Formats: sequence, C-alpha cells, structure tokens
Amino acid sequence: MESFIFYLFAVVSIASALIVVSHRNPVVSALSLVLTLFSTAVLFILLLAHFIAVIQVLIYAGAIMVLFIFTVMFLNLRDDALSFDARGMKLKLATLFVILLIVGYFSHLGFKKGVLLLISQSKNPIPENFGTAEAFAEILFKDYLLPFELTSILIVVAILGVVVIAKRRLN
Amino acid sequence: MLVWIVLAPLIGVLVNGVVFASGIWKKLLNGDEHTEKRIVSFVGCGVILASAILSTLAFLKLSLTDEKHIIQELFVWIPSGELKIGFEFLLDSLSCVMSLVVTWVSFLIHVYSIGYMHEDRSYSRYFTYLNMFVFFMLLLVLGNNFPLMFVGWEGVGLASYLLIGFWYEDAEKAYAGRKAFIINRIGDFGFILGIFLIFFVFGSLNYQEVFSRALSPEFMDAIPQAVITTIALLLFVGAVGKSAQFPLYVWLPDAMAGPTPVSALIHAATMVTAGVYMIARCNVFYSQSPTAQMIVVGIATFTAFLAATIAITQNDIKKVLAYSTVSQLGYMFMGVGSGAYVAGMFHLVTHAFFKALLFLGSGSVIHALGGEQDIRKMGGLRRFLPVTSITFLIGTLAISGVPLFSGFFSKDEILGALYEKGYGICWFIALVTAVLTAFYMLRLYILTFEGKPRIPEDLKHHIHESPPSMLIPLIILAVLSVAGGYIGIPEFMWKSIGIEGENLFERFLSSSILSTEQVTHHALPHGSLTHWGLVALSVLAAFVGIALAVYMYAINPVLPERLTEKPIVSLLYRGSYGKWFVDEIYDLVFVKTFVNLSKLLALFDLKVIDGAVNGIAGAIRALASVLRTAQTGLLRFYAALMAIGVTAILVYMILSARF
Amino acid sequence: MMGVPIEHYLVLSAILFVIGAYGVIIRKNLIIVLMSLELMLNSANIAFVAFSRALLDMTGHVFMIMALTVAAVEVAVGLALVVAIYMHKETLDIDVLKMLKG
Repeated sequence: MESFIFYLFAVVSIASALIVVSHRNPVVSALSLVLTLFSTAVLFILLLAHFIAVIQVLIYAGAIMVLFIFTVMFLNLRDDALSFDARGMKLKLATLFVILLIVGYFSHLGFKKGVLLLISQSKNPIPENFGTAEAFAEILFKDYLLPFELTSILIVVAILGVVVIAKRRLN
Repeated sequence: MLVWIVLAPLIGVLVNGVVFASGIWKKLLNGDEHTEKRIVSFVGCGVILASAILSTLAFLKLSLTDEKHIIQELFVWIPSGELKIGFEFLLDSLSCVMSLVVTWVSFLIHVYSIGYMHEDRSYSRYFTYLNMFVFFMLLLVLGNNFPLMFVGWEGVGLASYLLIGFWYEDAEKAYAGRKAFIINRIGDFGFILGIFLIFFVFGSLNYQEVFSRALSPEFMDAIPQAVITTIALLLFVGAVGKSAQFPLYVWLPDAMAGPTPVSALIHAATMVTAGVYMIARCNVFYSQSPTAQMIVVGIATFTAFLAATIAITQNDIKKVLAYSTVSQLGYMFMGVGSGAYVAGMFHLVTHAFFKALLFLGSGSVIHALGGEQDIRKMGGLRRFLPVTSITFLIGTLAISGVPLFSGFFSKDEILGALYEKGYGICWFIALVTAVLTAFYMLRLYILTFEGKPRIPEDLKHHIHESPPSMLIPLIILAVLSVAGGYIGIPEFMWKSIGIEGENLFERFLSSSILSTEQVTHHALPHGSLTHWGLVALSVLAAFVGIALAVYMYAINPVLPERLTEKPIVSLLYRGSYGKWFVDEIYDLVFVKTFVNLSKLLALFDLKVIDGAVNGIAGAIRALASVLRTAQTGLLRFYAALMAIGVTAILVYMILSARF
Repeated sequence: MMGVPIEHYLVLSAILFVIGAYGVIIRKNLIIVLMSLELMLNSANIAFVAFSRALLDMTGHVFMIMALTVAAVEVAVGLALVVAIYMHKETLDIDVLKMLKG
C-alpha cells in the first residue's frame, strides 16, 4: 500500500515538475508547481513527517505560490511575451531526458558504493511521537533556538528590503 | 675632558651652520651682515681655540705625569653580538701630538681666514665647513677604535669635498671637489676591507684589544704572515687615497680650486696627514710585516720623486705647493713605512708648520694681486709685501732642508732611517728628490718675490700688504718653522756639542709606539761618523738645489728658456709640465670605460628590463581581453556554468568514492 | 512493513533537482526561472526529510523548516525585484536583461 502511494505521487510530482519547466503559460506553470508541492507533502506524510507536511502545504503551497500567482496576474503578461521561449521545446525535453538517464546511472553507482544501504536497514524502534508537532517543538526550541531566532531577523530584513525595492517605483 | 676637545668645533658647526649659514639670521631675524661676520668669526675661531687650549692641557698632563694615556668612554655605540663598538676617546702621545698640531694650526688658519675671506658672501658657510672639518679630524685622531677613526676619515673627506667645491658656481671647481671625493672613496674601500679583516682576525676593533693581541706571540703564531700583510696593505690603500700617494694623488693638485686657507689646512697640514697617523697608530701591524713595509716605502719614494719632477715646471703658485705636498707626504710615508715612526711623525709636525706657512703666504700674494696665481706674472713682490716675502722665504728654507730650520732636522732623520734600515736605493732617490725640492721651492720664491716685476698694469695699483689678521699667523708659523725643529734634535747632535740631551720628541712619542722594533736609529753600531756623513750629504743636496735655482732664475734668467729648447730637455719639460699625463691616462683607461659600460647598461635597462615589464603588462592585457568574453551578463550562461561545475565535482567524488 | 527504501526518495529528489536546474538554464522568462528555483529547493527538502526518517533524527525536520523559510524570503524579495524590473524595462526576457555584462 505504502509503496503504491509513493510511486503514484512520485510520478505526479515529476510530471507536474516537467510541466512547470516546459509550459508556455506562466499561470499554468504556477499551478503546476502547486501540484508538485502538494504531492511532496503527501510524500512527507509517508515519511512520518506529519507536522512538516502540514507546514509545507500551509506555507509553501499556500503562501509562496499565492505570491507567485499574484505577481503573474499583476504583471499581466501579454501573449507574445508568453510564447517567446516555447520554441524547440521538444528538443529541450529530449535533452532533459538524456540528462535524467545519466543522473539515474550515477545515482545507481553511488548507491552501490555508498553507505546508504545501511541506513534503510535500520532496525531502531520508531519513537512514539516521531514527526509530530510536539517532538518538533522540543528539538527546535531546545537545540536549535538560535537559528530559529536568526530566521526571524532574516524575515525582518527581507520585509525591509522588499519595502525599499517596491517603494522606488513610485518616483 | 677629552670629549670637549672634539665637541667644541661641533658646537661651532651647529651655531654657525644653523643660525648663520642657513640664512635664518639674515632672513628670519633680519640681522645685518657685519654683525653676522663678527659673530661667526668669534665663534668659529673661539671653539678652535678652546680645543687647542684643552689639547695643550692634556699634553701637559701626559708629559708631566707618569700617565701613558688617557681614555674616556662615553657610551656604547654599537652593541651587536660579538662586536661592541664604544664611543671612546684615547689620548696617548701620538694622538696628543696630532691633536696639538691640528688644533693650533687650525686656529691660526681660522684667524687668517677672517682676513682672507672677508669679502666673500658665503662667509658663514665657510666657517661652518671649516669647523666641521676640525671636528671630524679630531674624531679621527682621538678615537679609540677603528670605526671612530673611519667616521673621522670619511667626515674629513666630506668636509674636503665641500670646501674644495666651495665656490660651486664655477663648474670646474665643483668637479675638482667631486674628483677628490671619488678618488678618496677608492682608498676608503681598501680601508674598510682592512677594518673588516682586523675584526675577523682579532675579534675586536678597539685599539687596546687589537694591539695587545697583535703583540702577544701566542696569538700571532696562529695567524699566517700573509694575513697581517694584507691588513697592513689594505689600510695602506686607504692612506694612498687620503694622503695622495701614487696612484691616487691626482685629486690634490685639482683641490687647489678651493680657497687658499682650505688648501693650507686640509691639503697641507692635517687631512692628508691622516694616512701617516694611521700607519703610526698601527705600527704593530707594519712592524710585523716586512713585505708591507717594503711596498709602502717603495710607493712613497716613487711618489716623492714623481711629484718633485712635476713641481719643477709648474707655473701656478698653488700647484707647485700642491705637488710639493704630495712629495713631502712621500717622505713621511718613507719614514713610517720603514719603521721609523718617530721620524715620520716628526716630519709631519714640521711639514704642517712650514707648508701651512707657504700656503698662507701664497694666499697673501694672491690676495694682494687680486686673484692672480701665475708666477710668470709676478716678480719683485718683496718690495710690496715685505712680511709675506720674509715669512715665505723662511718656509722655503725650512722645506729645502737648510740647517737649523725645522725641515732640516725632520728630513734628515728620515733619510738617516732609510739608510740604516737598508733601503739604499730609496735613500738615494730621496736624496735626489731633496735636491729637486730645494730647486723648485727656491725657483718659486725667486720668481714670485725677486727680480724685476712682471706684474700686469691693471693689477699694480691693487697691491697691498695683507691685514694683520693674515700676517700674524704667518709670523707665528714662521717662528714655528724655525724653532719647531729643536724638539726633535737627535741625541748624537746634542752629544757632539757636549750637551747630554736627548730627542725630546722621540721620548714623548715612543710611549705610543708599541711595537718592539726600535724606533730610532740610535742603536746604530756605526757610530756618529756615519750620522754626520749622512747629514752632510743632505745639506749638500739642499745647497746644490738652491744654487741651481739661484743660478737659473736670478743670475741667468734666460737660461731656463734656452734649456727647454734643447731636444731631450724639451721632451722632458713637456712631460713634466703636463704632469706626465697621468690624468689623461686615467681618463682614457678608467673613465671612458665606465662611461661606455654605463651606456651599455642603460641600454640594457631600457630594452630588456623595461621591455620585460611592459611585455608582461601587455600580455596581461591581452589575456584580460580574452577572458572578458566570459562576462556576458547572461544569467543563463552563468547558471549553466555553475551547474556544469558542480556536476563535474560530484562525478569526480562519486567515481573516486573515498567516502 | 518497511515499504520504500530510502534510496528511492533520494533518487526522486535528484530527479526533481535536475528538472529544476534544467528549468533555470533553459527558460527565458524570469518568473519561470524563479519557479524552477523553488523546485530545486523543494527537492532538497525532500532529501532532508528522507534522511531524517532514515536516521530517526528530528534535526532534518528543523533544517527543512529553515530551508523553507529561506525559500519564502527569497521568493518575496525576488518577486519584488521582478516587478521593479518589469516596470522599468518592460520585459522579462533574461537574455535582454544583461546589464551585468563586463
């Protein structure tokens, strides 16, 4: 059951990623990206990262993509502006496919030589609250408090930056 | 106390230099020139007088007490590992003699300069430089180690350069100064190599330490003879440069471009005698190296003879005296070089007196004739310049070695020493040179002061006897030229008139001559008959010279011209008059070579080095323009490159799989 | 049952990363480039969480949150810049926007 869900949503995410990269219309690309993020959230649940999955949907798919779509709409790109780079898309996709094959090959090589096999065989009993908000909060506010605070500073800086950049065009 | 002997002239330098010569008095303080000259004269001569008095007090202390020497340490100048050079002064009999001569003669010349340089507009600069010279000279003679001597050595060279080229607006005079300095430098190179070698061998540069080690047989057994000879010869190279011996004498005649008192002080009495002092100070080295002694005496004899042969034909009053100085310096080196250190120093002292006298006298003549220096345009000046002519005659007789004048005693001692130590040929050449000396000096006197005046009309009204500030030093020096010899009368002479006397000079000086070699020729087994024979010969030489000169210039004045027309004589005359073309040979061999080499190197610098530098710059510019094409500004291009780069690294890591 | 081995997640992450990188290089529209960039960041997040599950260490989750935060911030600033550029230059073709040319 689990593997079925995994393969299904893996395929969905790859397909929608391809659409993001190759479609003419930016709106379609944006919506496709939403789909990719959604499938990623499902995969997170499969990995017992419940809290993370919810956060992913809320923030990534919720806030960030809304921002994207909002910008696309706001700029009101004309049709010829949309189509300028759709030429030879078939050729580009074919190149992508070749690259993916190469990547797959190297990954395979890496797995054969690497230590990763050990990890997937781990027999540790899974803790009760692995991946829940409680466990997450415990580690975030105990071990990684400083990075947490620093990210708040980062966000403030970004807000300031955006305000400055956006303000300029009012001259 | 010793330090003040040296420091007093330095104070003079600072006051005269900073306040007056720099122009502060005139421009900043709006002082007037008359007051300036008075203060400068007072300070300039006063500090020298202070040094002289202190030197005399020190001399009294040395001579009346049992002290052999006085050492005053000021501070440690260079403490560097094994090398510890202190700023120390040494007053033993040798440096005391030098100090007395330097300070008193300098004082007289300073006083003389007040009159001589009165009209000159760089009066303060002159006294500044003159005081500076005395400071460095005293540092040279009173220093207790080789580096201090060397500092003084270089310093007097500097002062000499500044004073020779004093009237620098005349390019010729400036070149003369430059020539003196450069030739001195060549000598100094040898000198400093000698100092290095001394330190290497003896481990110290302090006189007491070095000489005590040099005198101890255990120490010296370990040192090969050649090393001592090398040290002695290297130091002698310095003396050749500073004291104008062959082949580095060519700067001295040119140095006559400076003011006459400068010639008197520096190039007659004091600076050029530094080499003689140095050899006397290092007597321990020379006494242990017969080879070095032979070379010194050989060069000295050759120089003395060569210079005398040039002096007999010169027509410039100062040039004759310059070559005479070179020749007499040769005598001094013959003395100290052969081991007769006392004799050499004695001649140094007497020569200081009469040569300074002669130069100052010539200065008086030049001053009277408004700058004329050619003796063919003089004559009969005795009537116009009575004091000058009498003192000049006294100096002439002294240098010629006429009995009872000081020069007679000192020159005779040197000739005697040469004979005794076995330098027979050199003795003979020195004797012939004595004839020439008497000849050219009397020739100079007669042509200048006797006979019918040949003075051009426009200069005739100008003639006047010099002011007292110039005459009094002349008189004092004349007295010294006569009386100064009596301190050095050898024992055998005293004995022959029945007095149990001894050579006072020798007794005083021998405490400084540390070498075990006998310093005088009293131990001669021949007895006093040989002594008197030698004396008679030198007197004869003097009189032959005088007689020849009197005959050729006073009695039969047309004879010289007729002689020079004879075939062989004419050739010799032209050679002598042209200074044997030594300067021209140097110019061809050394100067032209260096100039051409420099031109070649300049070309090399331009083509090769500049070419290389510019070439590198050009290459970099070409490379940059090639690399600039990568800065396309296209985002995708950059991103692609980054991706390819990261991929390559990852591939490498996976393939090498070291993790 | 264990189900999917961790390597599969990593392969997925690699594939999504390559697709994202490809998009950054190939596309000329600046907004699409930014979206592809998001895709790459997302693939990295998948890798983090996968490792966190394999090693049973919550640190991976924390890291993923941080990466997400940074991505959000970067998108905000980036889009503000895009808007500013569009207002100024009237185009979003990055081949035209080559003011960095040296």
